[in-house]
Amino acid sequence: MTNDSHRDTSATTRIERHHYDVVVIGAGGAGLRAAIEARLAGKKTAIISKSLFGKAHTVMAEGGAAAAMGNVNSRDSWQVHFRDTMRGGKFLNNFRMAELHAKESPQRIWELETYGALFDRTKDGKISQRNFGGHEYPRLAHVGDRTGLELIRTLQQKIVSLQQEDKRDHGSYDARIKVFAETTITELLLDGDRVAGAFGYYRESGEFVLFEAPAVVLATGGVGRSYKVTSNSWEYTGDGHALALRAGANLINMEFLQFHPTGMVWPVSVKGILVTESVRGDGGILKNSEGKRFMFDYVPDVFRKQYAETPEEADRWYTDPDNNRRPPELLPRDEVARAINSEVKAGRGTPAGGVYLDIASRLPAEEIRRRLPSMHHQFKGLADVDITKEPMEVGPTCHYVMGGIEVDPDSGAAYGSVRGLFAAGEVSGGMHGSNRLGGNSLSDLLVFGKRAGGHAAGYVDQLAARPRVEVAAVETAVETALAPLQRDTGENPYTLQQDLQAVMGDLVGIIRREAELADALVRLAELRERVAKVSAAGGRRYNPGWHLALDLRNMLVVSECTAKAALERRESRGGHTREDYPTMDPQWRRLNLVCSLEGDTVRLDRKPLPKMRTELLGLFDRAELAKYLTDEELAEFDALAAADAADAAGKETH
Amino acid sequence: MGTKRNFRIWRGDADGGELTDYAVEVNEGEVVLDVIHRLQATDAPDLACRWNCKAGKCGSCSMEINGMPKLGCMTRMSTFEEDETVTVTPLRTFPVIRDLVTDVSFNYEKARETPAFAPPADLAPGDYRMQQVDVERSQEFRKCIECFLCQNVCHVIRDHDENKPAFSGPRYFIRAAELDMHPLDAKTDRKEYAQSEQGLGFCNITKCCTEVCPEHIKITDNGIIPMKERVVDRRYDPLVWLGSKIFRRGQVPQTSVTSEHSPGAVRSNAAGGGLHSHAGGSHDPAAETQAQQGVNWHREVPHPTAPAVDASGKLPLTELTFDRAAAPSPFGDDVTFPLPPEHLNFAHPDQDQKH
Repeated sequence: MTNDSHRDTSATTRIERHHYDVVVIGAGGAGLRAAIEARLAGKKTAIISKSLFGKAHTVMAEGGAAAAMGNVNSRDSWQVHFRDTMRGGKFLNNFRMAELHAKESPQRIWELETYGALFDRTKDGKISQRNFGGHEYPRLAHVGDRTGLELIRTLQQKIVSLQQEDKRDHGSYDARIKVFAETTITELLLDGDRVAGAFGYYRESGEFVLFEAPAVVLATGGVGRSYKVTSNSWEYTGDGHALALRAGANLINMEFLQFHPTGMVWPVSVKGILVTESVRGDGGILKNSEGKRFMFDYVPDVFRKQYAETPEEADRWYTDPDNNRRPPELLPRDEVARAINSEVKAGRGTPAGGVYLDIASRLPAEEIRRRLPSMHHQFKGLADVDITKEPMEVGPTCHYVMGGIEVDPDSGAAYGSVRGLFAAGEVSGGMHGSNRLGGNSLSDLLVFGKRAGGHAAGYVDQLAARPRVEVAAVETAVETALAPLQRDTGENPYTLQQDLQAVMGDLVGIIRREAELADALVRLAELRERVAKVSAAGGRRYNPGWHLALDLRNMLVVSECTAKAALERRESRGGHTREDYPTMDPQWRRLNLVCSLEGDTVRLDRKPLPKMRTELLGLFDRAELAKYLTDEELAEFDALAAADAADAAGKETH
Repeated sequence: MGTKRNFRIWRGDADGGELTDYAVEVNEGEVVLDVIHRLQATDAPDLACRWNCKAGKCGSCSMEINGMPKLGCMTRMSTFEEDETVTVTPLRTFPVIRDLVTDVSFNYEKARETPAFAPPADLAPGDYRMQQVDVERSQEFRKCIECFLCQNVCHVIRDHDENKPAFSGPRYFIRAAELDMHPLDAKTDRKEYAQSEQGLGFCNITKCCTEVCPEHIKITDNGIIPMKERVVDRRYDPLVWLGSKIFRRGQVPQTSVTSEHSPGAVRSNAAGGGLHSHAGGSHDPAAETQAQQGVNWHREVPHPTAPAVDASGKLPLTELTFDRAAAPSPFGDDVTFPLPPEHLNFAHPDQDQKH
């Protein structure tokens, strides 16, 4: 073996330097959309991808992208989409983000067609839209069940087309936008309070690279790798969350994690891999081991009005949605995940610890293969189960983090003490409140990707002088990155990751309790000591052990934020369920929990939620608002409504 | 509950390496990628391997398992015998970086060279109207997860590195086909581009790419062959053929783009006179004309295309998926000998005397 020749880590360190206007960290949907926008604004743009170009986690999004285009049901509008999003997030959403998202997503989807995307069509040739959990009308633009792949490929190919323009005009594909594949950023570098660059390494060679840039867009996705049962890939180690924290930005809503109700539970090796919600949207039903369609027992009061009470009504809805209410299988994800969890705990689960998801008895085999080709493929290939003949076994899996970097809703600029830092997609927080609706993530990353990219370009324009990277900071970053390779006494990074996953899965999982959360914080503190001493065997060239060792500290700090916030929030809402505080508390709805870093330790603050504009508040029934708002807020709402009514009456008389 | 299984994994880098033996625990329902992860967590923490989704959707964990190009995450351990040693090697067509990780930048270069979608000038975003049946053909190709297994198995580059500059490979043929079949793409020369710039003519349709595609895209039948057929249609258009008989060689009106650096098989054939028959076989136009006398012109004679040859003038081999240890028949695998007499383009010297 040739490893030893690469062990010269303490020798002279070469650092490759690049200068860019905008550096986008993350090459999923949000990152690519941001990069396209920055490049279209004339900025020299770098895209940093932890994997190969086009392999982003966005490909895992199956169902579709929610946008109120009204192609299938013309009653749909941005107001209805906004309402659904706020309901889904249990009113904890940043209302402005939800508003922008609902208004702009149709344009973002149509724009993709001009990049070459081919969505499934309606009979009159428009983009087809499908039903999904929590959406009042068919709203998800889709391509079979591989919409995420279509989205990433389309954006990837748009970037290639921009590069072809640059090649024509400037002689080089990389003249104005370049993809750095298999490159990991370990540190953001600051000049005072301004972003000055990003430091990282090429996975392939282990060589270091420094990007000097006045603006950085974080689009690194989520944190799911801290959980054992997860639909997320190895990249999802909370890098962006941690980079932002260390640069002086804030994280909000970190207690809210979405456990997707239907992950595969068997075989063990694929536990957690996603089974798309479209299975339920297309007629799939959930049954327990007794064969009972149990979701009718779990419709919470806030949703009672919108959901069917009998299987007969629910079944009629698929063909006649205007005159029937939706099946309870299509409740928001948090509700379905909790219901499955309760069924399994009550001993009515399948042998592998899930419940049955049955589409075989609901649709003809041919139709299943046509509508759900990749699910059919996935179960056949991974579990040797033919979903046209047998039910699937499913259970909750860690899927998405609602929490993330606290940003200005319009520009995506990070709040906190840092300037020049922007965030979009899963790594940013606020848009989805306490729970994300399926289909809202793909449109989220297009809407806010574009915004973040555009505003990052604008920020660069108004800078008087370029921030400078400090040499000392680079040296520290090099030392930190090399440390695990130079230690040989520490623990194996894989063991540490397993231990971290055990703590988060067991103690900060779907159902949380005060004592367990407190215990989790103690264990995380112990893990922090151990992670600080982690050692990685081997050299610098493509060494996954070393890469994981460096990712661990990010996973750890983000896990601490989640555990701390989960302990603090004494209510149950969306993706945060406390057994000891099982109901929603309107007082808590008014608060975001904000995490920041003070030296090495996570600091937690309470911050009031921005107040929703009255015309947006007016989109809801008073009866519905009463479920979420405090009496005080309701009184305010009534006063406004009365004033409006008086106003209107006054106008009529004159 | 696990059992120990034997694995041989290639470890090394660009400077060389070797197959290393490991005995690893394997549990029920596991796939090859699980075993590699277990090795990383235990015996070989620095074993390099790409992966992402672990659900066959991202196309990262491409590797050769017992010599067959496959996705590690979709290869179940139950497909092997209990006592079978599983050999895992990196993709052979691309240069090794380390262990199972190869440098696949070739593919990204080819992707950059393929002209992008050209939006119709007169349609605003939101006004695109297409029928489902019309988008489905392109959608099949857009299922591609870019695992590059088809690129890896394609013998035009697998054993012939020197073909790489002139040959884009199956992945980018279906990209061209996808754009060609896109109902609203404004560019009209996708086929000609594939022929002249991407090296479509090199492909002699051994279908290895289709065989390894984890998305079951019919790369050859639905992508490459229709592209070839339409290129060939233009080249073997009867009028053009007639023209080639009237004009002297060199004066033949060209109907499609050709470029200098890619001598596709079809092109070299066309330049040689456009016809060759099983009977003649001499490739000499004069001999051919002679041989064609007395032929039953009412029967349809397919215009054959010669298989592509490599730089040394020989037929390339696909040892992986080919069913015999030799080159494919230069007459086409669908031809068995002896040919039925009525199919022969043979004119007996005495045959005219009989009538």
